[in-house]
Amino acid sequence: MKRALALVLSIAALALVLYPIVWLVSASLTPVEELVANLRELFPGSITGSGYAQALDGVGGSTFWTFLTNSLVVSGGAVIGNVVSCALAAYAFARLRFRLSGALFAFSLLTIMLPAHVTLIPQYIVFQQLEFTDTFVPLILPKMLATDAFFVFLMVQFMRGIPYELDEAARIDGCGPVRNFRYVVLPLSQPALVTTAIFTFIWTWNDFFSQLIYLSSTEKYTIPLGLRLFIDQTSSSSYGAMFAMSVLSLVPIGLFFLAFQRFLVAGVATTGLKG
Amino acid sequence: MVLTERVAPAPVKSVAEGAPPRRPNKSQGVAYLFLAPWLLGAIGLTVAPMVVSLYLSFTDYDLFNTPNWVGVDNYVKLFSDDPRYLQSVGVTLRYVAVSVPLKLLLALGVALLLNSLRGLGQAFFRSAFYAPSLLGASVGLALAWRAIFDTWVDTPDMALTTIILLSAWQFGAPMVIFLAGLQQIPRDMLDAAEVDGAGWWRRLFSIVLPMLSPVMFFNLVLETIHAFQAFTQAFVVSGGRGGPADSTLFYTLYLYERGFTEFRMGSASAMAWVLLVVIAVITAVLFRTSRYWVFYGDER
Repeated sequence: MKRALALVLSIAALALVLYPIVWLVSASLTPVEELVANLRELFPGSITGSGYAQALDGVGGSTFWTFLTNSLVVSGGAVIGNVVSCALAAYAFARLRFRLSGALFAFSLLTIMLPAHVTLIPQYIVFQQLEFTDTFVPLILPKMLATDAFFVFLMVQFMRGIPYELDEAARIDGCGPVRNFRYVVLPLSQPALVTTAIFTFIWTWNDFFSQLIYLSSTEKYTIPLGLRLFIDQTSSSSYGAMFAMSVLSLVPIGLFFLAFQRFLVAGVATTGLKG
Repeated sequence: MVLTERVAPAPVKSVAEGAPPRRPNKSQGVAYLFLAPWLLGAIGLTVAPMVVSLYLSFTDYDLFNTPNWVGVDNYVKLFSDDPRYLQSVGVTLRYVAVSVPLKLLLALGVALLLNSLRGLGQAFFRSAFYAPSLLGASVGLALAWRAIFDTWVDTPDMALTTIILLSAWQFGAPMVIFLAGLQQIPRDMLDAAEVDGAGWWRRLFSIVLPMLSPVMFFNLVLETIHAFQAFTQAFVVSGGRGGPADSTLFYTLYLYERGFTEFRMGSASAMAWVLLVVIAVITAVLFRTSRYWVFYGDER
């Protein structure tokens, strides 16, 4: 009885929570005239794909495919950079003994809380003087240097759970730290590597602030920046294209979510990763 | 799944406890080899920029001319001669003070609801409620939000509320953490209380909430730090300018404007350092108060 009530309440709450998403998909398929007449109509009188056609044509002189390619390059580069660099650092912190390891790891934990704004301006100045602004370097290079301390922490926690007897066995069999990392610890850390890859992809895909600062020409624009161009256009004739492109921008996240939801939810539940 | 067992939950293992067993000193050099990218990033992209940004905050640097030392001028001006700055502080404090408790209450409520499903579609609902946490940070969804609340967005009194609701809508991530915490509470403890005649509310306030307080604390710290740095949603919903009438002029939005449209890098650096200090102080205060309301299992 109580479970049935909880079920009814859950369904009602879920309907409310999913409303904006359903609305967005519906709006992307609604003819512009209907959108202008009534923006909150959930079930349009007729359905059109013209918004999607317009969205694929792009905005500001670049097509959607340009934005998509750029977003994929930035997100892909960030994923590879983060997984490799964080795994290397985590292995050192979790499985190797060296002076300062405690202090350096504590420092790494502290930087999780550091607002990006205190390092932003000097970083920008350096990248600008090296003439890396309006390239993807400032967006990918920091990931290759393991600046996302959170993932270092996640992997350290995971690698500490791998039995040390395995290291000993590998050592007796003649494996040094490098081969031990490559053939013992890394394969066993796969769940943590996958979690890092998924979250890095989604966060970079959604990231707006750093892309806004570093990218300035439309042929370098990523999807969030392409969408941003719509903010300045107040004419309602671009509504259809704007909502269609919004839907398209969310599709990869949706696919990742459907494919990896167990990883995502488990990652959040055990480490408190922000969504 | 494996991850659940391996990755330790919220409390951080002390460094000594997790340290690997003693072994020959040979690995010292190799360790720094593994650490090289991280070290390079920590020094080149964190420590050095922090030092530089602290220095710049005492100068009038504008990206084009050499910086001149101006002492604490930037800081003084922010608080004495910059009404929009004070406005941005007010907006951000209001946003943090309302959106964080609202989001956590929603997260707790839904977690309790899903917990009482006792497995009836729980995994499905947990994933479905979590979805907005992934989507809500995007520009695409913020654009939709702006259209759904189009009449509010143009009203100075309601514009901030729109952004607060967008933040609260993403309650899924803390909800998942709460739910994991709820499932740690021993069943027999609750059953025993029920046998002794404790009703639902009594069990909630005497057992569930105290047992959940470490998770609540963790969520509170995390969400507060995060809320101070909110940017994307405010940028999109307000059309990039914090309008109407500066009613959604978030701190980070104003910092962006100062640094990257006015190029007053010195003043923007000062703003960043004030933000860092405020976040640090508030986090410290939360940690201080935690001893009065956060209960860990081993204390009696």
